[in-house]
Amino acid sequence: MTQDPQTLSQPSAPAPADAGGRPAGRSPRSWSPSSLFRWELLLLVILAVVIWAGNQISQYYIDWTNFGFSISGTMEVAIMALAMTPIIITGDIDLSVESMVGLSGAVLGVLWAGGMPLQLAIPIVLGVGFLGGLLNGLLVTRWGLPALVVTLGTLALYRGLAQVVLGTSYVSNFPSAFTTLGQGYLPGTSIPWTLLAFLLLAVVFGAVLHLTWIGRQIFAIGKNKDAARYAGVRVASLRTALFAVSGMVAAFAGIVLASRTSSVRSDNGTGLTLTVVMIAVLGGVDINGGKGTIPGVILAVFTLAALQSALRLAGVSSEYQNVAIGLLLIVSVIAPQVARRMRALVARVRPGRSGPVRGPMPGEVAR
Amino acid sequence: MALSAPANVRAPSGVGPFFGGLMRSREFTLAAVIIVLSALVATQTPNFLTLENLGPVTTLAAIIAIAAVGEAFVILTKNIDLSVESTIGIVAFVVGLILKQQALPVPAAWAVGVGLGLALGMGNGVIVAVFRVPSIVATLGTLSIFRGLCFFVANGKEINLNDLPDGYTDPASQSFFGVPLFVILAIAIVIVAALVLRYTSLGRIFYAVGSNAEAAATIGVRSRLTVFLAFSVCGMLAGVAGVLWGINYGAIYANSASGESLAVIAAVVVGGVSIAGGSGTVVGAALGALFLGLINNALLLLLLPQEWLQVIYGAVILFAISADALLQLRAQRARARSRVR
Repeated sequence: MTQDPQTLSQPSAPAPADAGGRPAGRSPRSWSPSSLFRWELLLLVILAVVIWAGNQISQYYIDWTNFGFSISGTMEVAIMALAMTPIIITGDIDLSVESMVGLSGAVLGVLWAGGMPLQLAIPIVLGVGFLGGLLNGLLVTRWGLPALVVTLGTLALYRGLAQVVLGTSYVSNFPSAFTTLGQGYLPGTSIPWTLLAFLLLAVVFGAVLHLTWIGRQIFAIGKNKDAARYAGVRVASLRTALFAVSGMVAAFAGIVLASRTSSVRSDNGTGLTLTVVMIAVLGGVDINGGKGTIPGVILAVFTLAALQSALRLAGVSSEYQNVAIGLLLIVSVIAPQVARRMRALVARVRPGRSGPVRGPMPGEVAR
Repeated sequence: MALSAPANVRAPSGVGPFFGGLMRSREFTLAAVIIVLSALVATQTPNFLTLENLGPVTTLAAIIAIAAVGEAFVILTKNIDLSVESTIGIVAFVVGLILKQQALPVPAAWAVGVGLGLALGMGNGVIVAVFRVPSIVATLGTLSIFRGLCFFVANGKEINLNDLPDGYTDPASQSFFGVPLFVILAIAIVIVAALVLRYTSLGRIFYAVGSNAEAAATIGVRSRLTVFLAFSVCGMLAGVAGVLWGINYGAIYANSASGESLAVIAAVVVGGVSIAGGSGTVVGAALGALFLGLINNALLLLLLPQEWLQVIYGAVILFAISADALLQLRAQRARARSRVR
C-alpha cells in the first residue's frame, strides 16, 4: 500500500530541481499547461471561493474576531499536519497522532496535578511524544512492518496508555499563564499565539523540506526507496527520525489543545487523525509518496478553517461539518486526476505534446 | 506469488508439503494460541468456559469476524477500507428505524440493511477503482461521510428495545448444541468465502491483483473491476454485521460501532492477511476476530483494571504483526545462509 517503493510507476529518476514534487519549469519533462494548474494556485482559488461564500452567508464572516476564533480551533491539527507531510512524502503514514495528543495531555495533566512545574512537565511530555514516535519508526524501519498497521496498533496502545495514566478523571486547573498560550492573542491583534507557533513551525518544516539536503532525501525516499538507498540516503534512519518528530509534534499539539481548552481528559484528540491526513492531502501531498509542499499544506489549513467557519455560521453542526471535510478530502484527490485526464485528452488530440507522467493508483493497471 | 499456490504457505521445507504448510500457517498458530489461552484462563477463572460467558463473547466476535472477512477481501487486493464501522453503524440504525416505523416486515428490513451495506461498499469501490482515489484517503473520507449520513438519518434520536418487535434480540442469545446462532452464521460465511477464494478462479483473482497487479493484467485480469468487487463484498458483509449488531444490542445510537474499524482491521492483520496484499486467508481473519475477542474477555475476567484493556489490545496487535515479521526475517536469513552454502 503505502509501503511499496513505486519502482514500476516511476519510469524516470526524479530530478533534483523537482524537489517540490511539482513540475518545475526548468525540468526537462515539463508540460506547459501544468504550470497553470499548480495545486497551490488551485487551492488559493478554492480559498477565495470559500471566503466569498462565507461572506454571503454572514456579515460577521470577514471579521478579525471570527478569523482569530476560527483559526485557533484548527491549530492542533495544522501543527500535526506539518509533521505528517514529510512522513506521507516518504510513503509512510502515522495514524497514531491523535492518541499521542491524548497521551501527552494525560501525562501533562498528571504531572501538573502531582505538583510539577509546567516548565519541567512540558519538556517531559515532548520527550514522551518523541519516544512514542521513535517506537513507531523503529517498528516500521527495523522490523520492516507496514506503517499503516504499526500506527494502527499504537493508535490503540497510546490511547490505552492515556487511559492508564489519567483514568476517567480530568485535570483542568492549569495556570492562566499556560492557558493564555492557547486562548490568547498577540497583544493588540486578533492573531492567536498558536497561529504564531504554527507559522514558525511551518517555516522550519518548509525550509528543511524544500531547501536542504534532508528534504531532497525525503523526496528521494518517497519516489524510490531502493534508488535512494543506493544513492547513499540513510533511508531507515531518516524515516525513523520523521516518525520521532511526528510523535513529538503530536505531543506539542496535545499541549496546545490542553492549553486552548484548559482541560485534559484521556479522550483528548479522538478523531483528529482524519483531519490531519485530510489537510495534508488537500494541501497536495500525494498519499502514495514523493510529492507535496509545505506552502500547500499551509493553504489547506486556511481553507479548512475558512470552510469550517462558514459552515458554523451557516448553522451546520459538527457532525455535518465532518461530512463536508470527508467530501472535500475525496474531491481534492479526484479533482486533479480529472484535470490530468483532461490534459491527457488534450495532449492526445494535439500530438507533439507529451502527456503527464503519473504513477498508477491502487487497483489500476498500466496500459 | 503463483496463482495456484495457497496464499499462506511460507517456503515449506522438510515436512510434507501439506503438513508443513499447515504448521507454518497463521491459522494453525492462531488456533493453537486460542486453545492454549482458553485453557490457561479456564484454570484461573471457572466462569470462562461457560455458555453464559462465552456465548456473548463469541457472538460479538462473530459479528466482527463477518466484517473482517469482507475487510480481508479488500486488504487482499492491496487496499484498505477504514469506513466499515460507519457502514455497520448506519445499517444498524436504518434497519432499526424501518422496524420502528413498521414500514417493512423484519426479513425485508434485513435485506434493505444488507443492500444498503452493499451500496455503500460499491460507492467506496467506485471512488477507488473508477476515480482512482487511494483507498486509504477514499475510505477515510467515507468513514466520516457515512457517519454523517447516519447522524442525518438519526436526526438526534435513537432506537430503543421498545421500538423493535417483541423478541427481536432473541436470536443473539440462541444457540444450537452450545454454539451461538451468530457463530454458526459466521462460520457459514467464512466457509463460503474461503472456498470461493481458494478454489474458484474468481477468488484467485483477488490474490493475483494484490500480489502483482501488472502481472494480473498481463494474464487478462481486470484489476479495477476486482478492486470494485472487493469493496462491494466488504460493504455487503459490513451490512450483514450491521444487521447483526442491531439484533445483538437492541439499542442503537447514531454513533453505534464507532471505533470498530480498528477492531476489524486488527482482526484481519492479526489473522495473517498481509497489508501489502496478495497473501492471507479469511479463516485467519475470522480467527483473528475470535482471538482478540477472547483476549478482551479474558482480561475482564482476570479482573485487570479496565484502563489496561486498550493498552494490551494495542500491544497484542503490535506483537502479532511483529512476530510475523520476525519469523519472515529469520526465514529469509536462513534461506540466504543455505544459498551461501
